[in-house]
Amino acid sequence: MHEISLCEGILLVLEEQAASQGFQRVTKVWLEIGDLAGVELEALRFGFEVVTRNSLADGAVLEILGVQGEAWCMQCSARVVVKQRFDRCPRCGGFQLQVVGGEQMRIKELEVE
Amino acid sequence: MCTVCGCGEVESGADSDKEHEHFHHHSEQHAEVPHSHQPHHHRGHTHDYGQGPARAHAPGLSQSRMVQIEQDILSKNDRYAAANRIYLADHGILALNLVSSPGSGKTSLLTRTLEELGGELPCAVIEGDQQTSNDAERIRATGAKAVQINTGKGCHLDGHMVGHALQSLAPEDASVLFIENVGNLVCPAAFDLGEAHKVVILSVTEGEDKPIKYPDMFHAADLMILNKVDLLPYLSFDTEQCIDYARRVNPSIKVLQLSAVSGEGLESWYQWIRLTRRLALLGHPLLGAKYA
Repeated sequence: MHEISLCEGILLVLEEQAASQGFQRVTKVWLEIGDLAGVELEALRFGFEVVTRNSLADGAVLEILGVQGEAWCMQCSARVVVKQRFDRCPRCGGFQLQVVGGEQMRIKELEVE
Repeated sequence: MCTVCGCGEVESGADSDKEHEHFHHHSEQHAEVPHSHQPHHHRGHTHDYGQGPARAHAPGLSQSRMVQIEQDILSKNDRYAAANRIYLADHGILALNLVSSPGSGKTSLLTRTLEELGGELPCAVIEGDQQTSNDAERIRATGAKAVQINTGKGCHLDGHMVGHALQSLAPEDASVLFIENVGNLVCPAAFDLGEAHKVVILSVTEGEDKPIKYPDMFHAADLMILNKVDLLPYLSFDTEQCIDYARRVNPSIKVLQLSAVSGEGLESWYQWIRLTRRLALLGHPLLGAKYA
């Protein structure tokens, strides 16, 4: 979905950080993207390259750290791993799951000059 | 695509839970030589990120520094949305973000709602479409205040656009603000506009598995409206199965079944709006005594 918009969001954050932290170029960006964030990584990489062209992050390397989806199963009273939102609980097979992790889309770290 | 060398290694899809390893060799003839993706070394030079103190120790990076920022990608949107939410709360406005695929009957439901509820509650509308102001005109014909946002090539409304629209629309205190999002079951799920609730509208002509085909949207919504139920006799739509799918992705989703054309079930939708608004106004420091 909307990966280009996400990349524009990343670029805005980079520009804000460049102003506040005093750097001119970004050479590498580490993102943390959860399995349940609904982000297509191929499209994100493509969008990043397009959006950052002629910006302070032109040519920057994008590193994506995946985070597995986690849910709280109400029947098992336990945290379980889920790959998609409509997965069954791997322990009891139920759907009484509350997603508790793996939804994040965060910029973790930058390498700058 | 590999970001180190630009090769098109496939790693898309829901099942790619493995980290992409960076063990490509980088020789001078790199571009000409088709290279395999077997981990191997080249002249003792291996790109091996993630081991050093700054999680990078590739050559040539010594002048650069690391900046930890830990910021959400959508943090800018979320700040706009938070500002909208404060404005809406101050004015006691109940904002509902209506989302659906194109053609689910959002605008028809909205125009009928405004005709039948507009006399009782002050209502205003923000219309989002890629192009044309046709929908805002349909809405204004009901007498409600409306402002159109054309997103151009954008596939969703965002917090910033809605903030501007709020300024020009200036809805009445204690009113109900309907935000009709761009017809799209994917992107609007991630963009908070500052609304109180997302309401997802699904028409029974669409197929009962939409909730699991587009789980993010049904997960983000608090209320699902099954529209066009007057057509059920002519379709093989399995209502129970559809609701079951919706609850799989969102155990707490509320479901209303109605038809904006025949009017069946509309009263429960109006009642939901009335009660949600009253609940929001209850205890409001300025407006609570007057409206709730």
